[in-house]
Amino acid sequence: MKRFLKSMNVREMLRPLGQMFLFSLGSTIVLSALMLVLALILDKTIVGQTLFQRLNVSLYTYTLINLPQVAIDGLTIGFVYAAIALGYTMVYGVLEFINFAHSEIFATGAFVGVEILIALEKFGILSGASLAMAYGYLILAIIAGMLAAGALAVTVERVAYRPLRHASRLVPLISAIGVSFLLQDMIRLIESLTTGQYNRIMPTFGNFDHRLLLGKMTLGAAHITLGVSIKSIIVIVSAVLMLVGLNYLVNATKIGKAIRAVAQDPQTASLMGINVNRIISLTFLVGGMLGGAAGVLYALKFTRIDPFVGFFPGLKAFTAAVLGGIGNMTGALLGGIVLGMLETYAGSFMGVFTMGAAGTEYKDIFAFSILILVLIFRPQGLMGEHVAQKA
Amino acid sequence: MSLLSLDAVHSFYGHIHALKGISLEVNEHEIVTLIGSNGAGKSTTLRTISGMIHPQQGRILLEGRDISRMEPHTVALAGLGHVPEGRGIFPKLTVRENLEMGAFTVADPDEIERRLEYGFEVFPRLKERMGQYGGTLSGGEQQMLAIARGLMMNPRLLMLDEPSMGLAPVLVELIFDIIEGLNKKGTTILLVEQNALMALSVAHRGYVLQNGQIVLHDTANNLKQNETVQKAYLGIE
Ligand SMILES: Nc1ncnc2c1ncn2[C@@H]1O[C@H](COP(=O)(O)OP(=O)(O)OP(=O)(O)O)[C@@H](O)[C@H]1O
Ligand SMILES: [Mg+2]
Repeated sequence: MKRFLKSMNVREMLRPLGQMFLFSLGSTIVLSALMLVLALILDKTIVGQTLFQRLNVSLYTYTLINLPQVAIDGLTIGFVYAAIALGYTMVYGVLEFINFAHSEIFATGAFVGVEILIALEKFGILSGASLAMAYGYLILAIIAGMLAAGALAVTVERVAYRPLRHASRLVPLISAIGVSFLLQDMIRLIESLTTGQYNRIMPTFGNFDHRLLLGKMTLGAAHITLGVSIKSIIVIVSAVLMLVGLNYLVNATKIGKAIRAVAQDPQTASLMGINVNRIISLTFLVGGMLGGAAGVLYALKFTRIDPFVGFFPGLKAFTAAVLGGIGNMTGALLGGIVLGMLETYAGSFMGVFTMGAAGTEYKDIFAFSILILVLIFRPQGLMGEHVAQKA
Repeated sequence: MSLLSLDAVHSFYGHIHALKGISLEVNEHEIVTLIGSNGAGKSTTLRTISGMIHPQQGRILLEGRDISRMEPHTVALAGLGHVPEGRGIFPKLTVRENLEMGAFTVADPDEIERRLEYGFEVFPRLKERMGQYGGTLSGGEQQMLAIARGLMMNPRLLMLDEPSMGLAPVLVELIFDIIEGLNKKGTTILLVEQNALMALSVAHRGYVLQNGQIVLHDTANNLKQNETVQKAYLGIE
């Protein structure tokens, strides 16, 4: 026990917490300030006047009172993106290849988690469950989603990527895209055959839909309540726990050092007695598990899933990984948080700022504009180094 | 029985026939050197032994076990340490982590600690640089790290590919002293060198490689006296 405590590296557990806090706070402050400045400017224009006539508040006030909720929503989705982005980045780290099937691994996690909860509901277990049991079932669903997604990721690597390891770089990429479509259709087929439909709804249970009241305030004529849904807290807390665990695994354990060694120089790593194939499988397992958990959390937050549920989150998490610097794990964390925040801020305020001309439905533009801009101006991402240095 | 023996080993890179029937032996407690000009096949021989490339023909025995079909990590487990050409330092692992990777197969943390201490005793410089990234070390320091990492494996046979490459003369002396010291303490060494004079002065026996074939083998002293060797590799007319 003493030895165990001694071998626990507290610094490695606290460091990612500090980083996550910093990234969250930083993006909240920057984006909030930006929105307020925009609101102040637009207040003088027809945009502000229209809003005043409609709601009897200034655009500035409107923006201010909405900010806390937007920040919490942004963080929630940001942490989901970060958890998915880590799967892309870890695989890229060891194989220098983008696992485009990762979005379906995420979707598989979501489906397994949701199906388990639907089954529990059907047997009447969920509705009668105490609060403690409800959390227990949710954790069960998350773990099942993780295991299924992890196993699937390992299988996909073994079957569809490993035989192509020595082919040119484009070949496994094409294989990944093929696997992605195949898995989408397989989810659809299996769901249709077993349940007769492929849109699934996360059962409502526990207290996850409740809102915790953080405060009330009155601004002019408007009464505002500040709250955060328990769902969001669960999503953020689970993601934070996983990311701390992952960081610990990679930075403070022997197996994690081996993962990094293989990422940097697989040939030399094999000379040290490291089984490179096993480390690659492990990387897919860990990345897949993170993706699967993210899938269940996503379903908890957004309720409805279908076989294509992985597509947009996957693409955005990939963007987040590129934004942070693909192959760099801290970068994936930063990229995920920044992207989730940016997208939510844009989605929430774009409608009012443009008087309804461009609403929430255009928020995806931001993610993909970022992808293009990063690829053009900073291909190594925010935290990555020049690819040439990696060699 | 010799510790390592190669029997008519042929290796290819695609269509390039790099090793054309190499046979050699390394006995326990020996330093054996492999000399030859650029492109002769020295590194290829080491790569074939450690399983990085598999021979198309021939047998490689380590302590009587055929290792010629094994993957590198299994060969390493069987007791072979290979410090590759170009050092193979993990640039983004610290010096300490690089060394720990050398002892990857060791489960006992006390044993790892003991080997680390030994490595730092041999290369005190590395102790000062313990927390620094491997990629930020100087060339000489990286070479020390590569050798120290090889020692962390505590191999039955240590293969060094041009350990003196790119080092200042003082450091070359130091490295060869260390190689001799390791051997006195019981490590068997297969040494590949461009610096044939140095290599022959520490080695017991040597093989001369030319164009993927062994053209000469003898005791180190005899090779030093050999006219062909003197002309071709020792720069003596
Ligand atoms: N990866 C490779 N692909 C194709 N040919 C190779 C490869 N590596 C080595 N060769 C060829 O195999 C032959 C032997 O190369 P090797 O690296 O073993 O030489 P060497 O004796 O170590 O030379 P040096 O002293 O320059 O290191 C050379 O002709 C080389 O061009
Ligand atoms: Mg060579």
